[in-house]
Amino acid sequence: MSTPKTRMSGADIFFECLKREGVEVIFGYPGGAVLKIYEKLYDIDWLNHVHVRHEQGATHAAEGYAKATGKVGCVLVTSGPGATNTVTGIADAYMDSVPIVVFTGQVPSHLIGNDAFQEADIVGITRPITKHNFLVRDINELAPTIKKAFYIASTGRPGPVVVDLPKDVILAETEFEYPEDVEIRGYKPKYKGHFNQIKKAADVISKAKRPLLYVGGGVIMSGGSKELTLLALENNLPVTMTLQGLGAFPGTDSHSLGMLGMHGTYWANQAVNNCDVIVSLGARFDDRVTGKIDTFAQKAYKIHVDIDPTAIDKNVVVDLPIVGDVKNVMAEIAAEITKKPKIDEWWNQINKWKEECPLYYEKDDGKLRTEYVFERLSEKTNGNAVIVTDVGQHQMWAAQYYKYTNPRSNLTSGGLGTMGFSLPASIGAWFGVKDRPVISISGDGGFQMNIQELITAKAYNVSVKFIIINNSFLGMVRQWQELFHQEKYSFTDLSISNPDFVKIGEALGIPSYSTDKPEDVDGLIDLVLAKTDGPSLVEFKVVKEDMVFPMVPSGASISDMMVKRLNPSRMT
Amino acid sequence: MKHTITVLVENKFGAFDRVATMFSGKGFNIHSISIGETEISEVSRMTIVTEGDDKIIDQVVKQLNRLIDTIKVIDLTGSYHIERELMLITVAYQKGSMEEIKNICDIFRGKIVDINNKTMMIEITGPPAKVDAAVNVLAPFGIKEMARSGTVALRRGEQVKASKKEYVLTN
Ligand SMILES: Cc1ncc(C[n+]2csc(CCOP(=O)(O)OP(=O)(O)O)c2C)c(N)n1
Repeated sequence: MSTPKTRMSGADIFFECLKREGVEVIFGYPGGAVLKIYEKLYDIDWLNHVHVRHEQGATHAAEGYAKATGKVGCVLVTSGPGATNTVTGIADAYMDSVPIVVFTGQVPSHLIGNDAFQEADIVGITRPITKHNFLVRDINELAPTIKKAFYIASTGRPGPVVVDLPKDVILAETEFEYPEDVEIRGYKPKYKGHFNQIKKAADVISKAKRPLLYVGGGVIMSGGSKELTLLALENNLPVTMTLQGLGAFPGTDSHSLGMLGMHGTYWANQAVNNCDVIVSLGARFDDRVTGKIDTFAQKAYKIHVDIDPTAIDKNVVVDLPIVGDVKNVMAEIAAEITKKPKIDEWWNQINKWKEECPLYYEKDDGKLRTEYVFERLSEKTNGNAVIVTDVGQHQMWAAQYYKYTNPRSNLTSGGLGTMGFSLPASIGAWFGVKDRPVISISGDGGFQMNIQELITAKAYNVSVKFIIINNSFLGMVRQWQELFHQEKYSFTDLSISNPDFVKIGEALGIPSYSTDKPEDVDGLIDLVLAKTDGPSLVEFKVVKEDMVFPMVPSGASISDMMVKRLNPSRMT
Repeated sequence: MKHTITVLVENKFGAFDRVATMFSGKGFNIHSISIGETEISEVSRMTIVTEGDDKIIDQVVKQLNRLIDTIKVIDLTGSYHIERELMLITVAYQKGSMEEIKNICDIFRGKIVDINNKTMMIEITGPPAKVDAAVNVLAPFGIKEMARSGTVALRRGEQVKASKKEYVLTN
């Protein structure tokens, strides 16, 4: 005799599924279509529901949690405006392959399509920005759909999944059964690379004279940092990382060339230009990395390892594609390399480039600069904090000056470049990270884009250290205006309109500090690092008109890199 | 170059939309697209005629495969396959031209399926190029309306080796 199954409501099934998936925190905001779910939530103690102040904040928080922990981030919002407010975060997660599941309320099934109150076709809206999405039309589909959603979000190349829950489905009842396995015949990620190709890659690397590992965020997602470090160190290979790849390999190690691309180091970009073998590991040849596509690593034999077949040959046609989980493939390549490449001369050349053109900023004029703040922060935290940056100049400076020593430490919006990411994402990260400080870094512009989430941080005693790099400008846009748009500083000067950030922090009960003096930096960093009982805020008022260099102008070849400001008339 | 791609998709809500959204989002061309049931319940077959160089077609096939509801994608171009299209076309006729139109209809192995005192409707099936030719020949009589189904296509029997551009996810 089979055991009788319990009948449960959609709302109960929803929570039971989350429990089975090991969800410990969900970022949400209530509303009409999800009232029943919130009614049940009231009596649930095993789940931490973080009540954000805007649904965009919820999606970024879920991203921050997912990026910092590798687990799936969860969001719960109501229909209509609640759902549409999540769109930017979903698009962001899609571009950076972040595993999140967003549950949206929906009007009752029979009203769908009627322009009902708070109806929005969120499944239609998010179709091009999700890995997959579902509208649950039948209570019996609810549990299997949630199971699939978590599976799709977290396997293969991760990404966001939306599950739209009509109100009647939440209210309906059925016998609950959670499927053990997922079977989707059209979705079978390939984890194991093709052996002959792996062998060939090992052979090519062995024989290389000027090899280079080009590492992207995929290495971090796959949990392959150890395998990468082994592959690089055992064979004495230089490693350059994309913005999302930073942290995959210790930035403090001499084999790290730092970041490549638009604001990459001179020596990393020179290495790209001159290498004879480039091994792309979980990276996607993004235009911010390659510059002008047909001149990227022109002389090199190109090996591309990626779990997503669509990433291969999309931007750059490669010589040796390997589809598989980059962690596995790196380990197998390392095992197949029998003869280490002889590349002393290559290293001499790289080191020469490094001496020729190091990262530079003015230190002797007594003014406070962003680069200095990050240098100090890197040192004080031993490169081991979780740094959540926003978008703009400070983001590039952090990439250049913060020496990440661990994976899942550098959380930033790369693909979409979403201002307003850092503040909520750092809150999400904090809920997943208990053993390292979480530091949010924003420009004065981006800080104002999701500033409401400071309230969330205070409400939950989230011990994130909020750093504002205040240059009184939308700095990165100002930089392009200076370089490429006739110095017309159109709507980028915030000096008059910016609020008093310290007063804002204080109004919320957050200890807040501000300085424009380099000599205060160490003390303030120590002060906020010591705080473990809630948020703190520091505003660094930095030089207004600095620019980030080196820079490869958009669409130019990497060899046309500006290491410092050139006469604008020389640029197109 | 034109490619004919056949796609097996889950017969689910929104599966067609996902393909269409992917094509427009990625800026790929669609010449024609048709969808219908197959011998397997819950699976539909889409036939897509698209155009692009090798690099673009490679992406089209991969992106189609990436969609979760996609079960199998085959680029038929370059392998032995049969393509057919159905057209309904209404043309004007006068007393003098009726015989001529009937002749044309015969040459194309078409059928007259409707007629009134001014127009007749002809049904023609065949490879898309034949349907194009029929349109050209009928145009001078005055085309009142026409509807084309878009291409449907299938690989020929088992003895034929599949195209090397075949990407199969379910193996
Ligand atoms: C949501 C959004 N809107 C606009 C932009 C365009 N944008 C890119 S960088 C930037 C300036 C950012 O200024 P700020 O936050 O002060 O940082 P800074 O560059 O000064 O470090 C802007 C407006 C963007 N990336 N995201």
